Amino acid sequence: MTPRPRLLRLLPVLPFLWLGAFFLLPVLITLKISLSEPATAQPPYLPVLDWSTGPQGWAHFLEALDFANYETLANDSLYRDAALSSLSLAAVATLILALVGTPIAHAMARAPAKVQPVLVALVIVPFWTSFLIRIYAWIAILKPEGLLSAGLMRLGLVDRPLEILGTQAAVLVGLTYAYLPFLVLPLYAVMAKADPRLREAAADLGASPTRVFWTVTLPLARHGLVAGALLCFIPMVGEFIVPDLLGGSDTLMLGRVLWSEFFSNRDWPLASAVAILLLVIVVGPIVVFREAETRRGEAAR
Amino acid sequence: MSAISKGALILGFAFLYAPIAVLVVYSFNASALVTVWGGFSTRWYGVLLSDGPLMAAALVSLRVALASALIATVMGTLAALALTRSGRFPGRALFTGLVHAPMVMPEVIAGLALLLLFVGLGLDRGIATIVIAHATLATGFVAVVVGARLKGLDPSLEEAARDLGAGPVRVFLTVTLPLAAPALTAGFLLAFTLSLDDLVVASFVSGPGATTLPMRLYSQIRLGVNPEINAASTLLIGVVTVVALTASRLMGRDARPGQGA
Repeated sequence: MTPRPRLLRLLPVLPFLWLGAFFLLPVLITLKISLSEPATAQPPYLPVLDWSTGPQGWAHFLEALDFANYETLANDSLYRDAALSSLSLAAVATLILALVGTPIAHAMARAPAKVQPVLVALVIVPFWTSFLIRIYAWIAILKPEGLLSAGLMRLGLVDRPLEILGTQAAVLVGLTYAYLPFLVLPLYAVMAKADPRLREAAADLGASPTRVFWTVTLPLARHGLVAGALLCFIPMVGEFIVPDLLGGSDTLMLGRVLWSEFFSNRDWPLASAVAILLLVIVVGPIVVFREAETRRGEAAR
Repeated sequence: MSAISKGALILGFAFLYAPIAVLVVYSFNASALVTVWGGFSTRWYGVLLSDGPLMAAALVSLRVALASALIATVMGTLAALALTRSGRFPGRALFTGLVHAPMVMPEVIAGLALLLLFVGLGLDRGIATIVIAHATLATGFVAVVVGARLKGLDPSLEEAARDLGAGPVRVFLTVTLPLAAPALTAGFLLAFTLSLDDLVVASFVSGPGATTLPMRLYSQIRLGVNPEINAASTLLIGVVTVVALTASRLMGRDARPGQGA
């Protein structure tokens, strides 16, 4: 191998600086402000770190860090409930997505080879289409005088309008709808590349199609399923638009709590603490996701 | 294909497309009531075009999307090149994390964190801060799309150019860049639509006078469903669908067996 030219070593410099300044630094600032004294005012927040004061000044800074915002989070049931309901709504939605998405991904992988790119494009288009607009579309369907109620009443299945909009059920519908492509695409990618001879062998040995699916197809595709499930779960925990537009005033999710602490209550340090709490919750799944992605990459090769 | 598979596909795609279809159909509704059909009409498109604030917001969104997608394409391509061509360099693990983390980071965290940075720096919030935020969040997506293409390239092409005496800049400009061009375009289009679509991050980092289209639509949606939003949505869906299909064709061209998705 030829020695790498000096120029290649310079390639990471610009994106490294950019992402360091606009991604890493902001997260560190958020962490610092979450440890400031609670205040509903503009910065600077106390304590202020002055680099010029030397190690002694830094020690003072560390001593002055204030955990009051985290105490508020731990003691006020609002935040505990929001964290728990974010996790449970995201978990239930992930389960629904796996149940709805697996048959779709499986059917796509078994479709004739010529049709498959078309099916993939059909899944991708809604995923590119505005998230806000796709959730907005559900308001007209789910509201009491909306299309779902009107249709069911015309069919005589219900005798009065359904109260779905503003409930947890509506949030679950919205989450499932918005994130379906994120589950289907990685799962399909793995399923489409599984060696068909393994399924044929199982069938030749007398396994029914159902048994082939459960004992061969699904275990082979598990990395795709795990990657897809986490790709949905992680952003859903911090979701704001779906609970805000489809949920009721009682639908607490961390993303929404953070938004209202920031925009309505103007409590930036507390909003920062909520952001850090949310970050701590999703860091574990993100690590597992990276692991699953690496394995999925290997499985898809 | 079994009957079950066909059923799964039909139900799945009906679920994905029915709400969008409802939105599009009702944008041509003559009635102002969103759920009552009053005959075919294009009146809401007329209302839309004469809605000054909405048109201004659309213009802001287009400018932001264009600028941020350009920056993200440069940064993402450099990042992809670094990850595939630079070998080991100091901080590589941190760099990989920084490229990939913004893609899964909940938007509310990214939005708040960037705002706190801009306030700390004393930057005036407006179009420029939204551009920086969108470029940062889209860089990872561009890096993934371009990186997949770079990994799929035959290394002997670049080696041949080097053996024939081309310097690294020349190899990049005459061999690597033309071969990776479709992925760069796809990455640019992806960054463009991500920016055009973003509500949460833009709401945090924008200031007075910089209202993007999703921010404007969101404030109207909060007031209730209205046919003008349906018309705006239909136009936006049309634009994004064309962009998405173009980009997925370009990405599809990259996909060699084992490299796709």
